Amino acid sequence: METNRQDLNRQLAQMLKGGVIMDVTTPEQARIAEAAGACAVMALERIPADIRAAGGVSRMSDPKMIRGIQDAVSIPVMAKCRIGHIAEAQILEAIEIDYIDESEVLSPADNIYHIDKTKFKVPFVCGAKNLGEALRRIAEGATMIRTKGEPGTGDVVQAVSHMRLMQSEIRRLVSMSEDELYEAAKQLQAPYELVRYVHENGKLPVVNFAAGGVATPADAALMMQLGAEGVFVGSGIFKSGNPAKRAAAIVQAVTNYKDTKLLAELSEDLGEAMVGINEHEIELLMAERGK
Amino acid sequence: MRIAVLALQGAFIEHEQALQRLGVESFEVRQKKDWLQSKDGLILPGGESTVQMRLLRELSLLEPIRQDILNGLPVFGTCAGMILLSQGHLGTMDIRVRRNAYGRQLGSFNAVGKVAEVGDNIPMTFIRAPYIEEILSDKCRLLAEVDGNIVAARQGNQLATAFHPELTSDIRFHRYFLKLTSS
Repeated sequence: METNRQDLNRQLAQMLKGGVIMDVTTPEQARIAEAAGACAVMALERIPADIRAAGGVSRMSDPKMIRGIQDAVSIPVMAKCRIGHIAEAQILEAIEIDYIDESEVLSPADNIYHIDKTKFKVPFVCGAKNLGEALRRIAEGATMIRTKGEPGTGDVVQAVSHMRLMQSEIRRLVSMSEDELYEAAKQLQAPYELVRYVHENGKLPVVNFAAGGVATPADAALMMQLGAEGVFVGSGIFKSGNPAKRAAAIVQAVTNYKDTKLLAELSEDLGEAMVGINEHEIELLMAERGK
Repeated sequence: MRIAVLALQGAFIEHEQALQRLGVESFEVRQKKDWLQSKDGLILPGGESTVQMRLLRELSLLEPIRQDILNGLPVFGTCAGMILLSQGHLGTMDIRVRRNAYGRQLGSFNAVGKVAEVGDNIPMTFIRAPYIEEILSDKCRLLAEVDGNIVAARQGNQLATAFHPELTSDIRFHRYFLKLTSS
């Protein structure tokens, strides 16, 4: 059998399902995340809340820093490159990263084109606010999708809107007759074959995680109940009072997202949550980057 | 026939779908009270073994599952599930397993091979896979090798694969496991 890279890359995302992917900035944080039950870590120099605070141009992290995190843990290590920055992605592939996040959290390098991800062996996850964006990213070769949310805010409202919108658009496609799919593809600005797949299967052809503003076990459970297959937690953990305890509680909340008694216990005594900012108080909407 | 599928983290739905194709009922185990239901076998799915081990401990599932396997409950572990069965984890199989034995995601690959007792031309999907470094007793039987590394083994009615039969359309492995549960 010929090794099909795209299938293998979609399948790695399948193995991450039901798990929590945590942003980390140091090997020490990576070890805390792994011990708390992270199914993967996202290595980056600054977490989104600090990127937001610092302003300026935000770029791919130092490969040496990412290597330090790869050496510290045995779980998959992801890293971010700028939207459209082919060379940053090539560098991340060269250090054998397990997943590249072509991310709106960093400053976009290209205002029109995303990376042609089919040219890479290494897998890509991309953010999406709606079904059209998700299917365009999949057409470009993304093998995992996440909601964009509004990163670094600790405010889950955008992740909720994106997930709800995507799910309702999927239900709408499922309910259509076959001859309506051509027009639907036109409206979604997405390839007909992918629209047809969603119509027939009632889901994306790749795993779909929630991301952006998840800060508590309740936030994580909310996203799972809305149809997320797993959760990214960015600033929410290491910007809080007790990262190890909060991380472990969020991991458990994702596994047992329907058990309300357990969720109540998990939400107790977690210390201070990240302060956060409301979506309407911020000037820079990262979710609007790359459509 | 009713099969329990450990559903703490990972690709458990894929196993449920494979069982469904064979017309076999399954249920998810997410906490201790799920484990109390009657069952004829257990599947430990792929995912991250570090996460699954931590959740098994936190949810007080580790010992009950270990005891039931030792008391003869048939079990099938794929990838992370094979790691759980190995020494240093649940430890019910006499195997020593090397995690991430093929390196990072760029080392993931497909193969086709012969598996003793199961069949020829079995499609095998290895995702950041482990392999069995050593079989530690003659109670455990080697079922398959790829490039000289042990990738499948059976000890009584405990079955372990480094690869993911649940990610392929080939249902021979699940059928073979169901045969183990009824013998």
